[in-house]
Amino acid sequence: MQGLKTPQIMILESVRRLARERLMPLSRELDLKGEFSWEVVELFGEMGLLQIFLPPEFGGLEEDKCLMFSLIVEEVAKACASSALLIIIQAVGSYPIVESGSQELQERVFPRLASGKELIAYLVTEPDAGSDVASISTKAIKKGEYYLIQGRKCFGTNAGVANLSSVLTKTAPSEYTFFLVEMNSKGVILGKVEDKLGFRGSNTQEVFFEEVLVHERDIIGKKGEGFLLAMKDFDMSRPGIAALALGIAEAAIEYALEYATKRVTFGQPLIKHQAISFMIADAWTLIEAGRGLMSKAARLWDQGIRNTKYASMAKCFCSDAAMKITTDAVQILGGYGYCKDYPVERMFRDAKLTQIFEGANQIQRIIIQRELLRERNINLD
Amino acid sequence: MVNLTETERITLETIKKIVQKDIRPMAGPLDEKGEFPWHAHKVFSEVGLMATLIPEEYGGMGLRYLVFSMILEEISKVCASSALLLIAQADGTLPILYRGSEDQKKTFLPELAKGAIGAFAATEPSAGSDILSMRTRATYSEGLYVINGQKCFITNGSVADLICLFAYTDPEKRAKGISAFVVEKGTPGLSYGKNENKMGMKGSVNSELFFDNMRIPESHRIGEENEGFSLMMKTLDSSRLFCASQAVGIAQGAIDEALSYSRQRVQFGKPIAHIQAIQFMFADMVAATEAARLLTYQAAANIDKGRTALISKYCAMAKFLASDTAMKVTTDAVQIMGGYGYMKDFPVERMMRDAKLTQIYTGTNQIMRVVAGREIVRGG
Ligand SMILES: Cc1cc2nc3c(=O)[nH]c(=O)nc-3n(C[C@H](O)[C@H](O)[C@H](O)COP(=O)(O)OP(=O)(O)OC[C@H]3O[C@@H](n4cnc5c(N)ncnc54)[C@H](O)[C@@H]3O)c2cc1C
Ligand SMILES: Cc1cc2nc3c(=O)[nH]c(=O)nc-3n(C[C@H](O)[C@H](O)[C@H](O)COP(=O)(O)OP(=O)(O)OC[C@H]3O[C@@H](n4cnc5c(N)ncnc54)[C@H](O)[C@@H]3O)c2cc1C
Repeated sequence: MQGLKTPQIMILESVRRLARERLMPLSRELDLKGEFSWEVVELFGEMGLLQIFLPPEFGGLEEDKCLMFSLIVEEVAKACASSALLIIIQAVGSYPIVESGSQELQERVFPRLASGKELIAYLVTEPDAGSDVASISTKAIKKGEYYLIQGRKCFGTNAGVANLSSVLTKTAPSEYTFFLVEMNSKGVILGKVEDKLGFRGSNTQEVFFEEVLVHERDIIGKKGEGFLLAMKDFDMSRPGIAALALGIAEAAIEYALEYATKRVTFGQPLIKHQAISFMIADAWTLIEAGRGLMSKAARLWDQGIRNTKYASMAKCFCSDAAMKITTDAVQILGGYGYCKDYPVERMFRDAKLTQIFEGANQIQRIIIQRELLRERNINLD
Repeated sequence: MVNLTETERITLETIKKIVQKDIRPMAGPLDEKGEFPWHAHKVFSEVGLMATLIPEEYGGMGLRYLVFSMILEEISKVCASSALLLIAQADGTLPILYRGSEDQKKTFLPELAKGAIGAFAATEPSAGSDILSMRTRATYSEGLYVINGQKCFITNGSVADLICLFAYTDPEKRAKGISAFVVEKGTPGLSYGKNENKMGMKGSVNSELFFDNMRIPESHRIGEENEGFSLMMKTLDSSRLFCASQAVGIAQGAIDEALSYSRQRVQFGKPIAHIQAIQFMFADMVAATEAARLLTYQAAANIDKGRTALISKYCAMAKFLASDTAMKVTTDAVQIMGGYGYMKDFPVERMMRDAKLTQIYTGTNQIMRVVAGREIVRGG
């Protein structure tokens, strides 16, 4: 990536080394066993990868946060996508507090997150509210200076392993409010752990809130600010999802490229067959284009310029590319690609998630068109 | 386009019922356990599906290829692995039917019809697409062939009662030096390596086979010596048709699942089935699947009607079109079901994993385009 400073290049270099030396050997096992790894949390916490968006005094980066975040996610995803998701969700879960939390809340939470040992989940999705976030039904009912949270969240990444969570609730019929919830509070009940196609090293779990008592000090930002915060969070996280997809795609096609130089059929290495070399050429073309979109979206965010359109374009384009590229990578390895002895089938399974979560790709297209109209001051609603 | 006789129609109806009753409920657990589908084998044996294409005189059902294709499609809608059992069965059986001696037919075909499991063993570690690079060697001496070598990825391999094995009898002569053999389970010198741990089609066993001075009587050679390659190719033509039918079934199964889900799933105040983006996806999915199905039926009809000049090209085209369609359709079906599609509680993620195999086995889609492209350019 052009325009990085020496210390940034050094950070990425050490992330690359960590990914290669520590995560690569773990990734296959995490996938096979479908297990969450605290070892990875520890490695990331020590390196500061779970703290990127915190203020510098709490271990966050000084500048180019979103770009560095994305590039770090990309490097990690090349070795282990489930581990990369850990970094993303930590950023997503803490973002509402970073962006809008009261001083008291920040002082309470930042030191804990700075330790790199505690995880924070982001609980927005509900069984009946996925794309349609506004239809959530989890309520926070005011009782004096307290609130009682009642409802059910699903698909919560790290929900079963996090100590903290940012939970989106309704505080009035169309008033959305984030609360910080300690996961060991009375009434927080963990539901089933999802058994997934991919990202099997990532914990995805259901959470029930049964009259969970929180204080009004636990409101993140202002009452009623929740929906806006959730949307702002996406501007930061979507370049990261794009990077996640790119990392998966790059690792898959790089593996296939190397395989194609060694495997011989009809007296030629595979890469000498145009059917194979063209697939690889297309894959890298998509990856380079995707990196352009991803870094543009991240850089705009870092400059404080509205990046919503680019963030959605990057997320949608890179994840569609990753699905195609990983499907082709399995193809290039033939029968071997289909077997668990090789990593590309895992990457294929992992890639699919990137088209679905953090806003399904259909929703990204809706956002892109909405931004296009907004830029042109056209209002059709 | 499809004209079925009354008997064929009844056969299909019966099988649809069996599929719903015995195959569908087990598809999820089978995938999870990753075992050979013994339950499917049992019901298939009972109703004669282990020998659909074998003439009735040898105990088979004597069905048209078209009807067998439709049966595979029906099974694959709910459990592609169970269909693969029958495909490997056919691949292992057809060489005997095509070129076996009357004696071999009388000995082996009725057994297969009763439920003996067949397999087709061609692929080796260094010979997949490039099958002539195989190294398994059969040396003749005094009424016997002594076979040494190994095979891999063989569907039904370690459970098969009869394996149709391809080996070089005269390696110098390449395509003109391969012979086919029937290898019975328990033959000394036959041993099994690992069964592959695969991404999908997990209810199917894919085995490594090793042959160490394995002795096969001359009477177990199928067809003439050194004429095995053309037999392999003829069998693969049919196998590609079957794979195409399987892929059409997988695609249709995924469409059915996503469709019923999208009618129920409400977001933004209405079922997602009423959203234009979703309807367009369905339109594309169904159009592509229907096109693949028709091409597949055409390929089957070409075999049934003995239009030899067209068989390879149509089977190849049907295979790659149907499997590419299955891959795209299943990926989209998962998308339509959102986060739920990604979970093992719903069958579409399995279908997506299963679909990927259809682009690879029995000749990869690149090889299918090599076959079709060559015929087309030649003016065939
Ligand atoms: C592994 C995993 C981890 C996750 N982690 C988290 C997490 O940590 N926190 C959290 O809050 N959520 C999380 N999610 C939830 C995720 O963000 C949702 O799955 C996603 O937003 C889609 O919602 P849904 O699954 O309900 O699909 P639905 O909203 O039901 O959508 C189904 C389909 O309809 C399409 N669709 C819906 N509305 C429209 C429309 N208006 N126009 C066109 N198409 C439309 C969608 O694109 C999709 O294809 C996670 C999900 C998964 C699978
Ligand atoms: C689950 C499973 C079941 C199977 N069942 C059986 C079975 O029952 N019996 C059996 O004999 N085999 C079986 N196979 C083997 C299967 O048929 C082979 O995997 C397949 O033919 C591809 O061979 P390969 O894996 O060695 O890939 P390779 O031949 O190494 O091909 C690798 C890649 O290169 C491409 N390629 C190769 N040559 C060319 C070329 N000239 N031009 C363009 N592209 C090219 C291929 O398309 C592929 O993308 C099975 C495989 C699997 C995975």
